Amino acid sequence: MTTSSAAVRVSRTRRRTPLTWIRGGGPANLLFLLPMIVIFGVFSWGPIVESVVMSVQHTNFVTAPTFVGFDNFLALFRDPLVPIAVRNTAYFALLALIFGYPIPLIVAVLMSEVRRARGLFSALAYLPVVVPPVVSVLLWQRFYDASPRGLFNTILSWVGIGPQPWIQSAATSMPSVVLVATWAAAGSTVIIYLAALTSVPPELYDAAEVDGAGLWGKIWHVTLPQLRPVLLITFILQIIGTAQVFLEPFLLTFGGPANSTLTILQLIFRYAFQNSIGLDYGKATALSILLALFLALFSVVYFRLTKAWSTN
Amino acid sequence: MKSPRTAAAVLAVTAIAGAGLLTGCSASGDSGNTNGTVAITIASLVPGSSADAFKAFNLRVKEFEKANPKVIVKPVEYQWTGPTFSAQLAAGTLPTVFNVPFTDSQSLANAGQLADITSDVKKLPYANKFNKSLLQVAENDKGDLFGIPYGPYAYGLSYNRALFTKAGLDPNKPPTSWDEVRSDAKTISDKLGIAGFMVFTSGNTGGWGLTEQTYSRGGRMEVTEGGKTTVTADNDQTVAALKFLQTMRWTDNSLGSNFNLDWSGMNQYFGSGQTAMYPSGSDVLTALVQSDGVDPKDYGLGLIPTEGDNSGVLSGGNVAVVSAAASPAEKAAAVKWIDFYYMQKLLDKSAAVADAKSLISNKQPVGVPQLPIFDKAQLDTSLGWIDSYINVPKENVAPFQNGIFDQKIIAEPAKHTQELYAALDSVVQAVLTDKNADIDALLKGVNTQIQALIDADAK
Repeated sequence: MTTSSAAVRVSRTRRRTPLTWIRGGGPANLLFLLPMIVIFGVFSWGPIVESVVMSVQHTNFVTAPTFVGFDNFLALFRDPLVPIAVRNTAYFALLALIFGYPIPLIVAVLMSEVRRARGLFSALAYLPVVVPPVVSVLLWQRFYDASPRGLFNTILSWVGIGPQPWIQSAATSMPSVVLVATWAAAGSTVIIYLAALTSVPPELYDAAEVDGAGLWGKIWHVTLPQLRPVLLITFILQIIGTAQVFLEPFLLTFGGPANSTLTILQLIFRYAFQNSIGLDYGKATALSILLALFLALFSVVYFRLTKAWSTN
Repeated sequence: MKSPRTAAAVLAVTAIAGAGLLTGCSASGDSGNTNGTVAITIASLVPGSSADAFKAFNLRVKEFEKANPKVIVKPVEYQWTGPTFSAQLAAGTLPTVFNVPFTDSQSLANAGQLADITSDVKKLPYANKFNKSLLQVAENDKGDLFGIPYGPYAYGLSYNRALFTKAGLDPNKPPTSWDEVRSDAKTISDKLGIAGFMVFTSGNTGGWGLTEQTYSRGGRMEVTEGGKTTVTADNDQTVAALKFLQTMRWTDNSLGSNFNLDWSGMNQYFGSGQTAMYPSGSDVLTALVQSDGVDPKDYGLGLIPTEGDNSGVLSGGNVAVVSAAASPAEKAAAVKWIDFYYMQKLLDKSAAVADAKSLISNKQPVGVPQLPIFDKAQLDTSLGWIDSYINVPKENVAPFQNGIFDQKIIAEPAKHTQELYAALDSVVQAVLTDKNADIDALLKGVNTQIQALIDADAK
């Protein structure tokens, strides 16, 4: 058996010549791939390569760039804002994990149990995703108005609680931002979980019922194990997403007050654009590359560690 | 190639991809330079300006095109903010003529990011009449000219006269000392339940405002001696200014509750009557009328209180500049536009009257306080030409106009200005959002951060 298998492999290898590739429709395949290659090359891979090049350059996009070696990276380690941004991003990720990870799962499981008007609930859950972020953030700014006239503060006054500073205090600004981000993103995750829940074989629930499992028992012994691969993927997607959080803190607080919501992506933005004459593009791309490397490394380690859990 | 159907599919895909590439390639083009005409884009008004303001502006464009039939002008909405400007600069999407603040023009010129318009400006009959020290903000280190300064301003105290009256204060007597600012702000807050006084806090404007408050007490953010610049953000006057704000915020509660306001945000707050006073450029009324619905009758402008030796008023302004990508013909047309729109109303009676008439007919303010580009005599003369058209009540801005020329005018910090302002934003925010903010430590942090940037330039 072993000998014959090897012979087959060798013969298959021998058959792969340019002529066989052409005869096998290779050029046609390549032509069909061409639009994708061009589009990804121009809009995705090209900029990535360009970023790597820029990270070792000093450029202003008008005059010729100069090579500066690792100066941009070294400057990052000297900047006191970098550790603040890293700490804030980690804090955001932690809070987003605590609030943002379980809530969509709970909502999806509850919705899957609903027999009537499931479409309506799905639409309601997904609604925040389709509201343009700038519009929703402007609304949340009104809600978070720190004066006694603010919406949330008015509601709190009904139960005798005084006005809270919300996004006007370093202590409460980040949880306030996380609440907005969770509200905005939860709908997408709920839809993913709902889709995954429909693939759980109903006979497993029937079997669990026969074994005397109640609602909690069915969730714990059937639903969660069946969703495990999806849960592991959404977990890493959430980590990657929260490490790249930009929109909500940018629009709500612009990183303030006193840098309390300054995230890594906001710092990258500041390097590139805060200085209005734009001379720190190199530092901005250097920090982007460090973040990308960290996330890539984290993803590899994560998938290695969870490899055993992700297969049934 | 196995079958006609496959071949057809391959041809179709190739055609689509090719068409897409060709479309992408043909998307760019030049500004249209046929029959000797040249087309330029120009910065018009800030986004959100009223329809009347745009009508007034477009009228001026038509007048220019009539006087210069070989130039086609396309106005583009434009507002300079640090982050959006650098993005536009990097992307090459700025109009041919745009404006930058005094703080940025020299750096941009030295970095080759603006067009050299020395030869075109030299052709102007008044080229030698500019206030020399003012013109320097538009020159590079070699003395070449990259723009024309316009609309210089000094910081003033904008206040809402109607709210002053409502709170029982005399609208003709704005505060003239920081103690009076504090007491008036508290009166307004206590009686009306709004912010009596507010300061900028975001988008680099917090640092800009704090620098002004420092100047008003005699301090400086940067000191240059023997060619070496030292950041001195932790000076006694900045500390005093921050402690003053701290007291107003945490003892008097007269600064309101929003500490994330940039220039536009603050103007909106003032326009909607949520604050009675704020320090701002003396030219802000134009924007307040165009974008925030402020009635000049309710607007008052006083002097920023100055106390102590070496105190003065922060001054700044804009420089009309030309894109580095402009061709020689476009540069010449751009300088013609700058001359027509920004300069002629200061030099020529008929141009001044035409400008004022166009503003009046579209309900725009005429007679907004400004500092001279040439000299005070020339400014007074130009104001005399349009005296009958001035619709900003003179008595409302008299507290500023009557005193500003006796004040010491101080330019903004020269080195890494925007980064300094950004770092100071955080300090102002910390003081206003944290009762126990350590002012000394925060300011020393700014010193370290900005000094490192300045030192790096020297290497």
